[in-house]
Amino acid sequence: MTPGTIWLTLAGMAVVTYLLRASFLLLPENVATPPLLRRALRYVPAAVLTAIWAPELLLQNQVLYLGLENERLLAGLVAIAAAWRWRLTSVTIAAGLAALHFFDWLI
Amino acid sequence: MAFDRSAYAEGLRAALPVLLGIVPFGVITGVAMVASGIAPLTAMAMSIFVFAGASMVATAQLLSQGTPAALIVLTTLFINMRFMMYSASLRLHFARLPLRWRLAIAYLQADNVYGLTLARFADRSGDRGKLEFFLGAGIPIWIAWQAAVLAGILIGAGVPASWRLEFAAPLAFIAMTVPLLRDRAMVAAALAAGITVVAASGLPLRLNVILAAIVGIAAGMLMEKAQARLRPL
Repeated sequence: MTPGTIWLTLAGMAVVTYLLRASFLLLPENVATPPLLRRALRYVPAAVLTAIWAPELLLQNQVLYLGLENERLLAGLVAIAAAWRWRLTSVTIAAGLAALHFFDWLI
Repeated sequence: MAFDRSAYAEGLRAALPVLLGIVPFGVITGVAMVASGIAPLTAMAMSIFVFAGASMVATAQLLSQGTPAALIVLTTLFINMRFMMYSASLRLHFARLPLRWRLAIAYLQADNVYGLTLARFADRSGDRGKLEFFLGAGIPIWIAWQAAVLAGILIGAGVPASWRLEFAAPLAFIAMTVPLLRDRAMVAAALAAGITVVAASGLPLRLNVILAAIVGIAAGMLMEKAQARLRPL
């Protein structure tokens, strides 16, 4: 790809991404968010965030990978337990990374 | 409008632990872009103008496979469609602000900033300190992200892969998700999304993420309807 095409790609990505981010924030105040959308939005964070992290634990090369030798899954479960118990981002990340290296060493 | 410094400081404090997850992901994003053949200056410009890590990592992969520009932009649209949902959600809190603030909020939107902001706003009513909290979380996260990408671009492939710091990215998302699971409907939304994203992993363009989001939201709403009232777990 030529440098010109890469800059064009970059411009396209920037415009698309900013328009998505701005979309609803640009509506005037007197335009109400539809009630159905408002109800749906309550579940957006849990659904979207899970859709981002779940494949990192459960997939290997796009294929479901369950089992005791999947150290990313085991470390993720440790992180979920740590997040449930302490609700602190730093503790969750530290516990998950430590568990990843522990299971990696163990297996 | 007086600037609420304590709310800004509160946002800053909330963002600090999250930086642990952002910095490694930013470094990895920088390394991935340069490794795929994007010039350092272009990679840094992409980080500033696009400011969305997952889509930049995907772009690096697609570029090295010779994917046409239009398809890369389309993939970016799908991967970043979640920002539209964040935008609709943040609007409930920020619709009354002047346009220039809403434009700035739109730019600073990121998964972590959104997660922190919504977690804090769920506990409070009224608009006091919301903008300041958002900026307090969003500005340091933006600075840390850009610095991390720059570091990744400069050191190239120098980060030892054996540290496996890229795993900090999903861990940060887990840390944001788990505290949300306060009732059955929310658990249903997360479970349905997790199952769907894995079951549909064969879909192209990372469409499985969008599909999982839709299925998860529907599952949450159905569970909410099925229950006369939401009981805490």
